[in-house]
Amino acid sequence: MRRVLAVLLCAAAPAALAGAPADLLRDYEAQARRGDPGFAGASPARGAELYRRSGIASAGPEAGCASCHSPDPRWPGRHGRTGKPIAPLAPAANPERLADPAQAEKWFRRNCRDVLARECTAQEKADFVRFLIEAK
Amino acid sequence: MSFRRFAPVAVLVLTVTATGVLLASGPEDPERRGVAPRTVNPTWRTECGACHVAYPPALLPARSWEKLMSGLADHFGEDASLDAATAREIAAYLVRESGDRGAGRAGRKAARAVAPGETPLRITGTRWFRHEHDEIAPGVWRRAAIGSAANCGACHEGAAEGDFSERRVAVPREDRTAAHAAGSQ
Ligand code: HEC
Ligand code: HEC
Ligand code: HEC
Repeated sequence: MRRVLAVLLCAAAPAALAGAPADLLRDYEAQARRGDPGFAGASPARGAELYRRSGIASAGPEAGCASCHSPDPRWPGRHGRTGKPIAPLAPAANPERLADPAQAEKWFRRNCRDVLARECTAQEKADFVRFLIEAK
Repeated sequence: MSFRRFAPVAVLVLTVTATGVLLASGPEDPERRGVAPRTVNPTWRTECGACHVAYPPALLPARSWEKLMSGLADHFGEDASLDAATAREIAAYLVRESGDRGAGRAGRKAARAVAPGETPLRITGTRWFRHEHDEIAPGVWRRAAIGSAANCGACHEGAAEGDFSERRVAVPREDRTAAHAAGSQ
């Protein structure tokens, strides 16, 4: 009986709204262009630089995106304080990534505030997403 | 009265009795479920299980969850903010399953150990937690594979599913990296 209920509860978990990482990139690029008409498109090199940059804020002076997400976005990471494993960020290694715009927005908001003490700009998000898409 | 007319009544009586027996031993049995919640809200499980295991709601009183949920933008030094509708849904769930509202015996014990004037935000800071873990030496919490007392899953294999039973506890041994890190400090 208990097992049946557990199965039912699992089945009730909401299915993620599927979308493509390329759509998310296009959205962020469009936003960046609205803010800066001279924006020449997302740069994976700038995205990589953000990924490896050390932070300044609450996550600690040494903490950057890479400290929780591992030195390579194709690898699994680990939350520095709680020890919880984090699945890879690159869609090539984890097809669930960058598929849900609301999910991506939520984590950019939180993690950029923690690491940079401010929200990331549309350009930074476009760069970061392109860097993740190209990590194969 | 013939048996034919009586049979449906007998079947009904039997069904009702059988259902009653099944329900009595089902998942609602509060004394057997330990600290696991009666129901699992999938939004809570996903959102509050992203950075750490989704901690059992039974281990804090309702007022603690209300306070914690009203300060998610600065959550133990991290930004765990949610949109208002999601936060409301999760807060209602946590209160419903909290130690002083929804819990079984194990959770009620945890909630009773909190003094009426206190509103702790950490399970690991409560008297109940220290008591349940008094066999663990202070240095053990700092082992590399554990890192923090809040990393329940390091020792409780079933933590992610809310199973904290004694059968599924294994404290990780000191490893070489941890010994090395301790030596170099
Ligand atoms: C303190 C740890 C931590 C740091 C530092 C961190 N992240 Fe994250 N990040 C997480 C966690 C936890 C998740 C969600 C876990 C999951 O979905 O498996 C996540 C998820 C994400 C996602 C969601 C992707 C998706 O579609 O699912 C993005 C994007 C992201 N992080 C970007 C960043 C960026 C950019 C930085 C640096 C500015 C950063 N993170 C730094 C912990 C961290
Ligand atoms: C962005 C990451 C993140 C998310 C999302 C998050 N937390 Fe946390 N939480 C943390 C960190 C970091 C700590 C501190 C861990 C430590 O000190 O070891 C923490 C600690 C806690 C603690 C105290 C643990 C203890 O020491 O007893 C509770 C309770 C808690 N969180 C509940 C929640 C609830 C409820 C939610 C969902 C609304 C949630 N958390 C979502 C990062 C997060
Ligand atoms: C360092 C390893 C370790 C960590 C981390 C840890 N525990 Fe425990 N826990 C134990 C041990 C050992 C016991 C005692 C088991 C026994 O009685 O034999 C225990 C007992 C318990 C019990 C009582 C179980 C029972 O059936 O009597 C609960 C509930 C519990 N822990 C919850 C938690 C929660 C919640 C967290 C995280 C906030 C946590 N523990 C973190 C090792 C740990």
